[in-house]
Amino acid sequence: MNLPDIEHITQDLAEQVSELISERQLDNPLLVGIRTGGVWVAERLNDTLKCADDVATLDISFYRDDFTRHGLHPKVQGSELPDSIEDRHIILIDDVIMSGRTIRAAMNELFDYGRPASITLICLLDIGRRELPIQPDLCGATLALNDGQLVKLTGPRPLVLTLA
Amino acid sequence: MTDPNTVQLTEDGRLKHFLTTEGLSRELLTEILDTADSFISTQERAVKTVPLLRGKTVVNLFFENSTRTRSTFELAAKRLSADILNLDIARSATSKGETLMDTLWNLEAMYSDMFVVRHSDSGAAHFIAEQVTPNVAIINAGDGRHAHPTQAMLDMLTIRRHKGDIEGKIVSIVGDILHSRVARSQIHALRTLGAAEVRVIGPGTLLPSDIESMGAVPYYDMKAGLADCDVVIMLRLQKERMQNALLPSEGEFFKLYGLTEEKLAFAKPDAIVMHPGPINRGVEIESAVADGNQSVILNQVSYGIAVRMAVMAMAMSGQQTPVNSEEPA
Repeated sequence: MNLPDIEHITQDLAEQVSELISERQLDNPLLVGIRTGGVWVAERLNDTLKCADDVATLDISFYRDDFTRHGLHPKVQGSELPDSIEDRHIILIDDVIMSGRTIRAAMNELFDYGRPASITLICLLDIGRRELPIQPDLCGATLALNDGQLVKLTGPRPLVLTLA
Repeated sequence: MTDPNTVQLTEDGRLKHFLTTEGLSRELLTEILDTADSFISTQERAVKTVPLLRGKTVVNLFFENSTRTRSTFELAAKRLSADILNLDIARSATSKGETLMDTLWNLEAMYSDMFVVRHSDSGAAHFIAEQVTPNVAIINAGDGRHAHPTQAMLDMLTIRRHKGDIEGKIVSIVGDILHSRVARSQIHALRTLGAAEVRVIGPGTLLPSDIESMGAVPYYDMKAGLADCDVVIMLRLQKERMQNALLPSEGEFFKLYGLTEEKLAFAKPDAIVMHPGPINRGVEIESAVADGNQSVILNQVSYGIAVRMAVMAMAMSGQQTPVNSEEPA
């Protein structure tokens, strides 16, 4: 199958996020990327959005619901968030959304740091196969993959999408 | 007894129990330290707990007294969201005549997932690890004179965080090496992690005769032993040793091996001072040094929680059979 031009999608997505921020009046938003791909996408979006804070990172290894089945990821890097996310408007960013479990874990972790004013979910690609009632507010592209097919994003610059 | 690494590792080399630092690879020791580093960051948050071991039951099984080690294991388990049961065995069932195995079988029947074991017999944790049913992880919290691996790893984390790396550093361990399970575990970990030189300093009666085969260099004099070292680790002088003529007197020991500002001056100016606690002020270390700006003794306590969280999480995950599939997205 033909994979979309990821650079092009990222640029379009940045403009859509910018519009969404003004539309919803998200004052002083905080971009939070989920390690690892989500952080790359967040950095790219911030080239356009130019938020006041640096991109924050979330490592959800300690929050995954499949820990007892898969074990601990050997390279947990930890999260880097500002001292307080209390009452902040969070733009949560991931590269690919599938089951929705990563996003659930990410939201659980965010609430252990404080009570944000809102969370908006942005994903670069949606490959369907949802297992939880979680949908992105914006996504760059939707891909219909064959059974068993997955996509892999490499980065950070340039972002390249391959089938895995 | 079987090779500890066939007991404490899975077939694919992950940690399943944590019994000793001896024979563990540099990669695995580094993985423990890296994981502990990320747990330090979660403990700096308002909410210190992570849900990793939610629903798991950890039993602190202490056949020997301990306050610090037991309480840091308890906090580590709680900060991983596990349920923890503290058993003071010395005062309970075994004193009523129950055997060790009966105690263990009873605890297994309560669906425990992990035992943290301290025992005065060398090899006790290893023995228990071989006897328990699969899926129960054993963490050694000190066995006789043999090993105290989580203490050694929190010391490695302390050195790494304060000196950047363990590779190339000169580390001097001072005091009663002969009876110290802490020193043994430290020496194995330091050698594996690439310390340039591991020295042990003490009177001949308190240094094991086979120390050189462990890769440590014996010194009988503080001036020579501390010269140019990066890290000074003081061990607690166990007062009961005084009674069997291994030492002349506390005063004599302090004069020769007690860490004072004058003796610390032999080490590098930026050397750090460590101690596994509890410290005996005026016996092995003077207050000016214990409370001085080169002392990282209280940092060791904080790092101890993170290291114990890392080891507990890794061992619990090593008890699971990995499912071969992609990460969820």
